[in-house]
Amino acid sequence: MTDWTKLRADFPILNQQVHGKPLVYFDNAATSQKPRFVIDALVHYYERDNANVHRGIHELSNRSTNAFEAARARTAKFLNARSADEIIWTRGTTEAINLVAATWGAKHLKAGDVILLTEVEHHSNLVPWQMLAQKTGAKIAYIPVTGDEGTLDLSKLDSLLTSQVKLLSMVHISNSMGTINPVAELCAKARKLGIVTLVDGAQSAGHLPVDLQAIGCDFFAFSGHKICGPTGIGALYGRTEILETMPPYQGGGEMILTVGYDKTEFKPAPHRFEAGTPDISGPIGLHAAMDYLDAVGREKIWQHDQELANYACEKLSALKNIRIFGPKQNRAGLVSFLLKDVHAHDVVTLADQGGVALRGGHHCTQPLMHKLGVESTARASFYFYNTKAEVDVFVDVIKEIQKFFAQ
Amino acid sequence: MFDDINDLYQQVILDHCKQPRNFHELPQCSCSAQGFNPLCGDNLKLFLTLDGDVIKDAGFTGSGCCISKASASLLTDNVKGKTKAEAEQMFERVRDLVTTGKTTGDVGKLAVFAGVYKYPARVKCAILAWHALIGALRGEAAPVSTENEKT
Repeated sequence: MTDWTKLRADFPILNQQVHGKPLVYFDNAATSQKPRFVIDALVHYYERDNANVHRGIHELSNRSTNAFEAARARTAKFLNARSADEIIWTRGTTEAINLVAATWGAKHLKAGDVILLTEVEHHSNLVPWQMLAQKTGAKIAYIPVTGDEGTLDLSKLDSLLTSQVKLLSMVHISNSMGTINPVAELCAKARKLGIVTLVDGAQSAGHLPVDLQAIGCDFFAFSGHKICGPTGIGALYGRTEILETMPPYQGGGEMILTVGYDKTEFKPAPHRFEAGTPDISGPIGLHAAMDYLDAVGREKIWQHDQELANYACEKLSALKNIRIFGPKQNRAGLVSFLLKDVHAHDVVTLADQGGVALRGGHHCTQPLMHKLGVESTARASFYFYNTKAEVDVFVDVIKEIQKFFAQ
Repeated sequence: MFDDINDLYQQVILDHCKQPRNFHELPQCSCSAQGFNPLCGDNLKLFLTLDGDVIKDAGFTGSGCCISKASASLLTDNVKGKTKAEAEQMFERVRDLVTTGKTTGDVGKLAVFAGVYKYPARVKCAILAWHALIGALRGEAAPVSTENEKT
């Protein structure tokens, strides 16, 4: 049995009061908190090993280069990629998707081609493709969602998978609905038709075991800060065969083999896509985060996430005048909801006074909110250091908010 | 549980948010303007009827959070009978009030917004209707927003 309460002690930030109440941090889909183990890894790096990576001959440079590349190998293992060369460091999920749009997209997409997305996408998996479509003349089509449940309506899939579709890009877990998309099934279908696939793993990577070979996608993007790592580091996975066809992302140092005044020869992947001095402490902190998560166990984390979400849903469903979004079955670790006649921002401001950190707004899914006919929702999102007792506090606070506005 | 928050959600604010005053269009209005904060969804339209330089009537429609609705409601009550210049002066006073908690001169009932400055994320809600007022008085066609600029 995992002692979840004991794990909380690893997160110094959780032990504080906010507005005189114990902090209940339920904004994990936005960013996660960091265990002492990760903070220590960053401190150790800056106190002992800091130097620029690659090409350095001295001891500190060797150490930092080894740690930097070890983090890449660790990430490959974390996601079950076939090789560390399939892992490209980025600032996060958003930059990873933009990298694919700017390199693979610019090279392989042309007017009339179709980029297939879903209606639940985060803006980071919408806007880069809209920008690319504008540049190339490609079109965008969407797999529809069913409604408040936020699940994909796959009855339309076969008619959407036309021969013009060149890319299927979709979120693994919806950040605003908590739905889990059947990415392996969709990737298998796309693969048979020669369609390249990208999975946005921002909400899935550190929450459930991710096996990229089983999912079978061509690209996978995630952010370190959402899985106990530092902000500013994330990664793009790309299948070797596809990375080899892609031009560089940015030009500069680190990504070249030889440079002349007229001509430059680029390195192979992944370094071809990493110009300039990279974020070095980021991957090192992320490495520690992945070690920490695997010591806890991602199966257990997933089970705990889902248990808290189901428990919260069950308790919220017992309230009157509440609209709950997301699937009834198989929900990821978050709950989006609206109270009748109370704006989500008022809910969040009041919940904050109760020590409960929620998020209110469109969650970077404006088109989805529009489709559901709402301006925003309030969202509670969980991670393994959260407890059922905290869900109880949260639901009590929601009840108080209802009372406050019913006065 | 929410003792400390009464400085934001004062009774008068709660009352105006639940039962907004002048919550209707003015079909014969002299001017109107839209205030829209797309990131949070606050969206209201303000209507003014002018008699020469004097605001004879004011109304609004739309949806938004408690603070933005109450602010629009109290605004419509407040500006009736004021000249354009007096309304602009009131805008300045309200802006000072919601950003600093202090103001020069009398703001009447609008003093209930004195606590907003302690909640920086909510200043944009309280000031949206007032920017719409200025937009309407100055005949600006584009919707005003308070999300990206300084108030």
